[in-house]
Amino acid sequence: MTQTTTAAGPEAQDRLQAHFDGVIAHDRRIEPRDWMPDAYRGTLVRQIAQHAHSEIIGMQPEGAWITRAPSLRRKAILFAKVQDEAGHGLYLYAAAETLGVDRADLTRRLIEGRQKYSSIFNYPTLSFADVGVIGWLVDGAAICNQVPLCRSSFGPYARAMVRICKEESFHQRQGYELLLTMMRGTAAQRAMVQDAVDRWWWPSLMMFGPPDEASPNSARSMGWKIKRHSNDELRQRFVDMTVPQAEKLGVTLPDPELRWNPERGRHDFGTPDWDELKRVISGNGPCNEERVERRRRAHEDGAWVRRAAAAHAKKQAARQEAAREAGQDAGHTGTGSGADGRETR
Amino acid sequence: MNQDWPLFEVFVRGKRGLNHVHVGSLHAADERMALTHARDLYTRRNEGVSIWVVRSSDITASTPDEKDPFFEPSGDKVYRHPTFYDIPDDVPHI
Repeated sequence: MTQTTTAAGPEAQDRLQAHFDGVIAHDRRIEPRDWMPDAYRGTLVRQIAQHAHSEIIGMQPEGAWITRAPSLRRKAILFAKVQDEAGHGLYLYAAAETLGVDRADLTRRLIEGRQKYSSIFNYPTLSFADVGVIGWLVDGAAICNQVPLCRSSFGPYARAMVRICKEESFHQRQGYELLLTMMRGTAAQRAMVQDAVDRWWWPSLMMFGPPDEASPNSARSMGWKIKRHSNDELRQRFVDMTVPQAEKLGVTLPDPELRWNPERGRHDFGTPDWDELKRVISGNGPCNEERVERRRRAHEDGAWVRRAAAAHAKKQAARQEAAREAGQDAGHTGTGSGADGRETR
Repeated sequence: MNQDWPLFEVFVRGKRGLNHVHVGSLHAADERMALTHARDLYTRRNEGVSIWVVRSSDITASTPDEKDPFFEPSGDKVYRHPTFYDIPDDVPHI
């Protein structure tokens, strides 16, 4: 389905804008073929693509532990989880494509460093405890971010987020359970968990983005109801949710300023190192190069498979066409029958 | 040769007794691959008992405008709704 640009006069343009504004104001959803302001479309493409790239790059830090998982149970879980991340990336690329962009082009932009992904995936996974901490903290933070996106004003994005959020809950719980198990183990295992928490806590807080006063596009996205809450509000929620989980687990969150503030009814906490976030986002984190390089290699190594499948499909289609012209049924393609069980031809 | 696979729309029947519902889209080289990809992508947790795939380019759609005259014929036919008819309250089962 293609997007048509309406060549309309200023009056028609105002009417379209007014209709769009009305849909947003009434908390209804914008659908792909609706008229929308170019800036709204551009913001969505950037956000959804960045989100999709994060899921795809996010397969790497944990994927690195699949072959070294300590048991078959943990291996099967981790494998399913990484497979989910691939699925989430594909749901999101599909949502982005409804806005008239092409997935192959988005992949190219990722590989060429022209589009970003979440800074968190540029940190290394040094021990198996990192797998648990990623599930608990990183996926926990992602859930905080993503649950409100289920009500995002753009229909396909909101629907993709509903699917994703359902699956994220398994991700977070498997991580927390993994950590509980390690905390019941030896002193060395408990130390591994604490070490992983120390390394991932601050980067997890940075996942919510820069503070509100340094996030100029946030207000516009909230006006359009693409985003529902500010970065700082979501960060605060995450801290409030996580503190009791950390206590239960028996780990210390590495922030001397973290304490309950009875007046606010929320936790006070320290300031993340925003310079570090800037460095990592602009390509100078510990693993940026490795992550993009690995994605590029996987994409290039898969080129012959994509070509072969396309060639096979073309050959099959030509054979069927020839058989049809010869007045014979070439048999079925494996899909067999049409929608209601009737033969396709 | 163009190595980009075409786009397919995916419809899944959640369980017997329900309609197939559009769940999203995916790329595949042909129909058969679209079906297996749809299974892997959209039914990893028993979300479906039946899948349809159709090339996105084969879908014909009405225009998105809600005020489209296309839908006008049904706009002024209130007599198609049961609430159009006044029936006394003491008439049972209607």
